[in-house]
Amino acid sequence: MKKFLALILSCAMVLALAACGGGNNSSNGSSGGPIKVGVINNDPNESGYRTANDRAMREMFTEANGYSATFYNNNDAAQQIATAQQMIQDEVDFLLLSPASTTGWDTVLQDAQKAGTQVILFDRMLEADDSMYVAAVVSDMPAEGVTAVNWLADQGLSEYNIIHIQGHMGSDAQLGRTGALDEKVAAEASWNYVTQQTADWDEATAKTITQSVINSGKSFNVIYAENDGMARGAVAALDEAGITHGVDGDVIVMGFDCNSWALEELAAGRWNYDGQCNPFQAETIHGIIQDLQKGTSPSQKVIYTPEQGFDAKTITADDVTKYGI
Amino acid sequence: MSTPVKDPKTQVKRPDESLFKRLTRHQMFIPLAALTLLVLFNLIADPSFFAVSLKENSLGNPVLSGNLISVLDNASELVILAIGMTLVTASSGGQDISVGATMAIAGSVILRMVCGGQITADTLHMPLILAVLIGVLATMLCGAFNGALVAYFKIQPMVATLIMYTAGRSIAAWINNNELPIMNDLTFKYAGTFLPGIPVPTPIFITIFVIVVFWLVLKFTNLGLYTQSVGINPNSSRLNGINPQAIKLLTYVILGVCVAVAGFIRVSRSGSINYSRIAENIEMDAILAVALGGNALSGGKFNIYGSIVGAYVIQFLTTTLYKYEVPSTALPAYKAVVVILLVVLSAPVVREKLSQVKKAPAKTAKEVS
Amino acid sequence: MQQGAVLEMRGICKYFPGVKALQNVDFTLRTGEIHALMGENGAGKSTLIKVLTGVYPKDGGEIHIGGVDGAAVIRSPQDAQNAGISTVYQEITLCPNLSVAENMYIGRTRGMGTNWKKMNQGAEKILRSLGIPARAQQQLGSCSIAVQQMVAIARAVDMECKVLILDEPTSSLDEQEVQKLFGLMRDLKAKGVGIIFVTHFLEQVYEVCDRITVLRDGQLVGEYVIEDLPRVQLVSKMLGKELDDMADIKSEVGGAGVSREGAPVLEARELCSSAGIKPFDFEIRRGEVNGFTGLLGSGRSECVRAIFGADHVTGGSVRVNGRDVKIHKPLDAMKQGIGYLPEDRKGDGIVGDLSVRENIILALQVMKGFFRPFSRAQAVAFADEYIKLLEIKTASADTPIKSLSGGNQQKCILARWLLTDPKYLILDEPTRGIDIGTKIEIQKLVLKLAAAGKSVTFISSEIDEMLRTCSRLIVMRDRKAVGELTGEDLTQAKIMATIAGGDEA
Repeated sequence: MKKFLALILSCAMVLALAACGGGNNSSNGSSGGPIKVGVINNDPNESGYRTANDRAMREMFTEANGYSATFYNNNDAAQQIATAQQMIQDEVDFLLLSPASTTGWDTVLQDAQKAGTQVILFDRMLEADDSMYVAAVVSDMPAEGVTAVNWLADQGLSEYNIIHIQGHMGSDAQLGRTGALDEKVAAEASWNYVTQQTADWDEATAKTITQSVINSGKSFNVIYAENDGMARGAVAALDEAGITHGVDGDVIVMGFDCNSWALEELAAGRWNYDGQCNPFQAETIHGIIQDLQKGTSPSQKVIYTPEQGFDAKTITADDVTKYGI
Repeated sequence: MSTPVKDPKTQVKRPDESLFKRLTRHQMFIPLAALTLLVLFNLIADPSFFAVSLKENSLGNPVLSGNLISVLDNASELVILAIGMTLVTASSGGQDISVGATMAIAGSVILRMVCGGQITADTLHMPLILAVLIGVLATMLCGAFNGALVAYFKIQPMVATLIMYTAGRSIAAWINNNELPIMNDLTFKYAGTFLPGIPVPTPIFITIFVIVVFWLVLKFTNLGLYTQSVGINPNSSRLNGINPQAIKLLTYVILGVCVAVAGFIRVSRSGSINYSRIAENIEMDAILAVALGGNALSGGKFNIYGSIVGAYVIQFLTTTLYKYEVPSTALPAYKAVVVILLVVLSAPVVREKLSQVKKAPAKTAKEVS
Repeated sequence: MQQGAVLEMRGICKYFPGVKALQNVDFTLRTGEIHALMGENGAGKSTLIKVLTGVYPKDGGEIHIGGVDGAAVIRSPQDAQNAGISTVYQEITLCPNLSVAENMYIGRTRGMGTNWKKMNQGAEKILRSLGIPARAQQQLGSCSIAVQQMVAIARAVDMECKVLILDEPTSSLDEQEVQKLFGLMRDLKAKGVGIIFVTHFLEQVYEVCDRITVLRDGQLVGEYVIEDLPRVQLVSKMLGKELDDMADIKSEVGGAGVSREGAPVLEARELCSSAGIKPFDFEIRRGEVNGFTGLLGSGRSECVRAIFGADHVTGGSVRVNGRDVKIHKPLDAMKQGIGYLPEDRKGDGIVGDLSVRENIILALQVMKGFFRPFSRAQAVAFADEYIKLLEIKTASADTPIKSLSGGNQQKCILARWLLTDPKYLILDEPTRGIDIGTKIEIQKLVLKLAAAGKSVTFISSEIDEMLRTCSRLIVMRDRKAVGELTGEDLTQAKIMATIAGGDEA
C-alpha cells in the first residue's frame, strides 16, 4: 500500500514538473501552440442572455481559432473561485472570468499574477484594483439603468408608481439596474415604489409578486423588471387581472436583455421598453488576446460593449432580428 | 387467562385526558393550528387580505382574483409534490431532493414536444395530452432511477437523489439543446392559468383532481398499508409477503408522476422555462410540508392530508409575507423563523410538554380544594 | 421508613390513556437483598421500574430512599442515578464501538477534559474487584454479551448505587454466563447493595433471590420470603388462578400432534439456502407437530426460513400436497398455505407503529392482493375476533402494537397467521421472553391446531416445552440435520446425547 502511494505521489510530482515546464514555454508566447484559456462563466440556463453569452464564448474559443479552452459554468462564486485556482495551477495563459459575485476574488487574482496568468473579466466586474487584471469587457450596467430611467422620465407621467422586480441580489446586473432607479425614486417626490422585491430572475416569482400587489388593490403604473423573463411573469399577472399594459395601456412594462421574443412583444406594443445588455463580448476579448500576444496592451482597462434601449414606438423589424438574442 | 382490558374497572376515563390534550396529540393539530393562526393574523391585520373579486382578464374571460385565490393557485405544485414526497418519505425513511430538478426535466420535455423543437412556437406541434404523457414518462424514469438506487442499491435517499439534483437541470437544458423554448398557443396555458369562461385558476382543479385520485388510490388499494409497513419494518413486511424493494421503487415512481404534473402546471403558467430557476428550492418546501404535516421524516406512518395542509401553510405564509412587503432580502429569514417555530412546536417532545402545561393548573386547583 | 430498607415505594399510581398501569403499588427493598419482581407481561413490572428510574412521571404515591429524609424527587433518569438507583436493561444500552472504560465513564465526567489514564486505571480496578474478565481498553463490542452485561453492572456499581435494577439480564446468556452473573450479584449483595431482579425464569429466582414481590394487572399481589412460596404457588399468584398441571397438556388435548397418517403436507428434498445450512430433507404430515432442536446457531431457524422462502433458497425441491412447487419468496409459501412466526419478534415479526388491527390482518391482506383491500368493517371484524379468541390485552385494536407487552405482541403475530387459515404453521421460538401463562396457552393452541388437522413445526430452546408438544424432533448440529427422534426416543437424555453427537462416536 505504501509503495503504491509513493508511486502515485512521484507520478504526480513528475506530472506537475512537466506542467510547469509547459507553462513556462507558453507564457513566453512564442511557442506557436494553441493559447490556453480558462473560461469561468455563470450557468447558461439562468437566462436567455446568459445562454447567448455562453454560446458566443464557446463558439469563439475553439481550436480552429487557435485556442485550447476549458469552460466552467456555475452560479456559485465559491465554486467559481475553486475552479479558477485550479485553472491557474493548470497554467492557463488567460483566465476569462465572469464572476458570480463582486467580492472574494483577491487570492485568485494574486495567484494569477504570481503564476503569470492574465485575467480578463467579461460581462461582470469585481471589486479589485484594476492592476490585477489586463482588461474588463463588460456591459455598463449602471449605464443601462440610467438609460432606462431616463427613458422612463421622458414618458412624462404625473406620478410614477413602480413595481420594481429585482434580479438576484448582489449581482452586477441587479446593482446597476437598481442603482439608477433607486436614485431617481429618492430624488423625485412623484416617483414611488409600490413594491421592491427580488424574484431571483425567476418568472414565476415575478408573477407572484405582481399578483400580490394587484390583490392588495394598490395602484401602479410602471413595472420595472430587471430582466425579460421577470417582465414576462409580471405581464402574465396583469393579463390575468385584466390590467392593460404596453403602448396605450395603463401600465408601462420595462424589461432588460433584449431577448428576441421580448423585442417581438415590444414590436407588438405589449411592452414599452427593453434595455439591451450585449452578451457578445467574445469577439472583443479575442481581439484583446491577439493584441496581447503581439505585445500590445489594450488602450483602456475597462471596455464597454455598446448598448442601447428600445422603445416600443420606435422599434423596427430590423432591430428585432439584429439585436434580439 | 387475565381479565380483558374492556373490563369497566380497568377502563378508566381520566379527567385530565381533556379535549385539549387529545386535540394537541392529533397529527393534524399543528398544520391546522398554523393555518388558523395565519388566517387570524391576516384577519386582524388587514381583513381585505381575504377579499376576492371577479375581474375580467385581458382575453375577456371572467377571473377571480385575490390573495386567497393566489394562495390556492400558487400552492398547487407544492401540494402535488408534497403528496408524492409523503409516500417516498414513508416507504424509504428519506426524501427525494431532486424534485425541483426533475420538474425542470418534465417542463423541458413537455415544451420540447409541443414546440416541436422550435425555439418559439405559436401552435401546438403535438396533442397536449400526449406531450404531458411523455413528460410523465420522463419523470417516472427519473423516479425509477432514484428509487432503484434507494431500494436495490440501498443508497441513502438524500445521497441517491443528489445525483438527479445535480444533473437534472443540465439534462433539462440538454433536452432543448440549451435553448429556452417559448410556447405561445393559448390552449397550452389553460392548465397553468384559466380555462375560458371559468373564473377559478385551473391549477386548483388539477390539485383537487390529484388529491381525489390519491384518496381513491389509498382507499381502493393497499398502497398505504404496504408503504407504512415497509417504512416501519422492511424485514417483517418481507416475511408477510410484501416486496419492500418494489414498494420503495413504486413510491419513487409515483412521486415521478406528481413531479410531471407539477412541472406541467409550472411551464403552463408562462409557456416558457428557465432551467436553472424553475422550481428552485421547491424540494425543500415539499419536504417541509411533509414535516409540518406531522409526518416523521424517518418514515413509517404517514398522513397525506397533513402534508397537503402543510403545503398550503407554506404558501399562505409566502403570500402573507409578500403582502406585507417584507424586504426581499429578509424574506428567507422571516420564513425561517416561522418554520422553525412550527417544526419545534410539532416535535413530539414539545407537544408532550405542551399538554402537561395545560394539565398542571387543573391539578393544583384540585389539590387545593 | 422500615428498618433496614434502602428503598420504599408507597401507593404508586401510573395511568396511560385507557389503562391503569399501576394502582397503589407498594414495594420495599432492604439493604443487601436480592428481590425478585414477578408478574406476567403487562402486570406492571416494567412500568414500576420506569417510574422508579424517572423514565415515566408517576401519577401518585411516594418514593423514599434510605438515608434521605422526606420523599425523593425523581423526575429523570439522571435524578435516579444521583439518588443511587442504577439500572441494567435487558438490551445492552452501552456503545459497542467504545472501549470498556469509556462505557463505564461515559456521561459521568465533569467538565470537558478526560483523564484517560486515570479513567482506564479506575476501570481496570473495578473490573478486577468484580472479577469481570475484560480489559479496560478493550472495545466493548468484542466482549461476549454476558461480559457486556457485567460491564453495564460494573458501571452501575461504580456509581456507588444503593439500588441496582436488573431488568431481564439473563435472557441472552447461556448457563455458565448466568452463573457468573449470579456470582457477581451475590458479591454486590454482600456489599450491602439492594438488587431488584426482573426475570421470567423461575429457576433463577429460586436460585438467587431472597424475596419476591408479585404484581398482577397493575396491582400488588403480595411480598413473600422465598422459602414461604413454593413454585406452584408463585405461578398461581402470578396468573391469579390455580394452575392445572403443566406437564399434562398433551393428554388434555387428547394425544394430538402424533399423527403419522396420510400423505405428507409438505416434503422438502435436499433443501439448502444462502444462510449456509447443509442440504436437508424434511416432511410433515397432516395433524402432526414436529420440531427442530439444537443449540443456538445450529441452523434450526435457518431450516424453517428456507422452507418459508425467507432466505434465498439455493437448491433442493419442495412438494406441497404431492405437487412440486417453487418457493422463492415468502409470498410463494403463503400461497401454499404456510405461515411463519419468526424468531426475532421485534425485528421480523411486528410492524411496530402499525395498529394491532393492521398487524393482525397484514398477512391475509397481502395474500388477498394489492388492489383488494379489506373494508374497514371486515378488518375490524377479523381483528376483534382474534383479539377475543386469543385474549390479547390491548387498550383497543387501534393501539400501536409496539406499546403492547411481549406476550401480547406474540399473540398478535399468531393471530395474523391463524387468520390466514394455514395448512402448515411454522412457529420459531413463539414462547421466548413471554410469561408462563401465555407460554402454556401457546402450547395448548399448537396441540389444538394439530387436533384440527393442521401441521405445525415448533421450535423452542426449552427442550421440555418441545417434549410436551412435538411428536417428532429433528436434531441439528453445525447447520446439519444429524438425527430424527420419535416415540420412545423423545426423552431429554436422548435429545441431549444426539445434540452432543455422542451416539456417533
